[in-house]
Amino acid sequence: MKRILLSHGSGGKATASLIRDLMLKKFGNSILNELNDSAILNSTGEQKLCFTTDSFVVNPLFFTGGDIATLAVNGTVNDLAVMGARPLYLSCSFILEEGVEWNMLDRITTSMANAARKAKIQIVTGDTKVVEKGNTDKMYINTSGIGLLQKGLIISKELITAGDKIIINGEIGAHGLAVMSKRENFKTNIKSDCAPLWDIINNMLSVGGIKFMRDPTRGGVATVLCEIAENSNIGIKIKEESLPIHENVLSFSEILGLDPLYIANEGKVIAVVDKDKEKPMLSNMKKNALGKESAVIGEITKENKGKVVLETVIGGERIIDRLTGDQLPRIC
Amino acid sequence: MKYITEYRNKDLSLRLAGKINDYLLEYKGQISLMEVCGTHTHSIFRSGIMNLLSKNIKHLSGPGCPVCVTPNEYIDTAIAYSRLPDIIITTFGDMIKVPGSTSSLEKEKAAGGKVKIVYSPLESLEIARTNPKKKVVFLGVGFETTAPLVASTILTASDEKIKNFFVLSGHKLIPPAMTALLENKEVKIDGFICPGHVSAIIGEKPYEPIAFGYGIPSVIIGFEPIDLLQGIEMLVKQITKEKEPTVENQYRRVVRKNGNVKAMSLIKKVFETKDSTWRGLGQLPKSGLYIKDRYFHFDAAKQIKVTVEATKTPSKCICGKVLTGTKKPYDCKLFGKLCTPENPIGPCMVSSEGTCAAYYKFNKQ
Repeated sequence: MKRILLSHGSGGKATASLIRDLMLKKFGNSILNELNDSAILNSTGEQKLCFTTDSFVVNPLFFTGGDIATLAVNGTVNDLAVMGARPLYLSCSFILEEGVEWNMLDRITTSMANAARKAKIQIVTGDTKVVEKGNTDKMYINTSGIGLLQKGLIISKELITAGDKIIINGEIGAHGLAVMSKRENFKTNIKSDCAPLWDIINNMLSVGGIKFMRDPTRGGVATVLCEIAENSNIGIKIKEESLPIHENVLSFSEILGLDPLYIANEGKVIAVVDKDKEKPMLSNMKKNALGKESAVIGEITKENKGKVVLETVIGGERIIDRLTGDQLPRIC
Repeated sequence: MKYITEYRNKDLSLRLAGKINDYLLEYKGQISLMEVCGTHTHSIFRSGIMNLLSKNIKHLSGPGCPVCVTPNEYIDTAIAYSRLPDIIITTFGDMIKVPGSTSSLEKEKAAGGKVKIVYSPLESLEIARTNPKKKVVFLGVGFETTAPLVASTILTASDEKIKNFFVLSGHKLIPPAMTALLENKEVKIDGFICPGHVSAIIGEKPYEPIAFGYGIPSVIIGFEPIDLLQGIEMLVKQITKEKEPTVENQYRRVVRKNGNVKAMSLIKKVFETKDSTWRGLGQLPKSGLYIKDRYFHFDAAKQIKVTVEATKTPSKCICGKVLTGTKKPYDCKLFGKLCTPENPIGPCMVSSEGTCAAYYKFNKQ
């Protein structure tokens, strides 16, 4: 009997097949089929609305650099922001387990209110359900968000051409490892990068030349790059030595046999930018608090269509493929 | 020293690669090097070092991935255990996707089987303590590297008189597999890239019969690009320039001549060596570690009886030949078509250390 496995939720190939073979088949329509981070809604007005939703089931609820509440706000805010939409309104649904301490929920809602303020978004509707003890793990949160697409803005994978630069706003791999450290009781100083991206993205849009953006959350930078390469008639070449990875993340990943390229981030944006805008874009990004370590990590190529090729630090080459399930630590 | 960036230096890498290629230019022949460690397989592909080296070096991946050499019978037994109502299986993550004859632990877990991923066998003891009414079975898979940890866990359980912790021992030893490969007439190996982690435990001595008896140069090598290139340089120099094959140690910052004496004594205290079945290699003499009678309380194979389904091996899968280096993953009709990391048919496609998975992931043609 075919069942849902954990790998169906990991953001890799199994998730893609779940979406393709079930969700798109049953729900498919011209808006959904785009499979963007947010749906661009049809409207008669001058400005279009973006709409997105996400559920948060993180274990543990609290980790260094964030908690389920900051994730629930920033995750949805960032899905709007990478579409080029100013986040406006948020909904918030809690599924709570019977017996959860009031104080914990107090802490979570306080954190959520602060995160919303910081992201300049209002929580305007919500719902709460309580399920019997054991039927959920403390709490799950779902948020949906509405944003206003910037006037006249067109960003689409279709615009991507050879020579475009791939830029990221800082170091990768911290969020996933911060959560893992807390869950597995590893003593590390790795802090989640969880943060709202609209301010930096708004500044980036003013530079112009952005062809496509995405936030490399579940599945990490590698998964976003694979999506870009698969869906466009181009290839991607990235340089390992230009990837911004902090030493603590690099060392910890090496010990566990994990690849930072596949680890989730919660405050990062990958932008494909016209090559003529590389320099002004980079200097603009570096002026933002969330962009100090911005770097060009690679470029779009005519060669290797559909593939992501990584030039290793020593000058070798390898293919970057999508993850096929959760990354698992090696045995020996 | 940060122990990472220094070992990924581009200039030094290119210099070492140049030296290796010069030896081969002079030698005017092809040589085959085999590594017998899954982490080597993974590192070699991940760093892309073979792109820098002469096409006259044939790189073979031997039976170095613990998951890959574990026979179907073992997986089927673990699956049968997971279906028993009072059992919790604890395992390293790599094992859960391995296909048995008709199912996998991942599928059993989704169907309600209690399967938990642990990062250390010691975590299983904690699970045993907090679930006193359940029997906790740890899947002891791996080589000389993981065996001391498992031994130490069994000794802790024995000291603390924990009655509901068991190990299904499928541990294997690397040197007997290397010898078996050299006895196989189909296999052509000119030099061994000896496993860095395993050697940290067993030291240099166990490779002496391979170098001196079989005349095969053997170099213990680390896992960073510079380690690999320096080690391969030593190995190629032995093959192309030196008359007497010997055992050398490139990974001296980790591997001592006598290995880790404490870890070896833990292994000897808890385990005994017996014949063991390897996928692809068959039954090899004195190549498996089994729990000694003194600790039979902790031996799942002796304490928990279960009916295991008849073993079926996928007919077209050539993992066995891939594990001996006589076939490449591309030679397999299933590779990349029916057998992919999402839907692995053979074990070499499952683990990130598996040869087929490495070819699929890093080197897709």
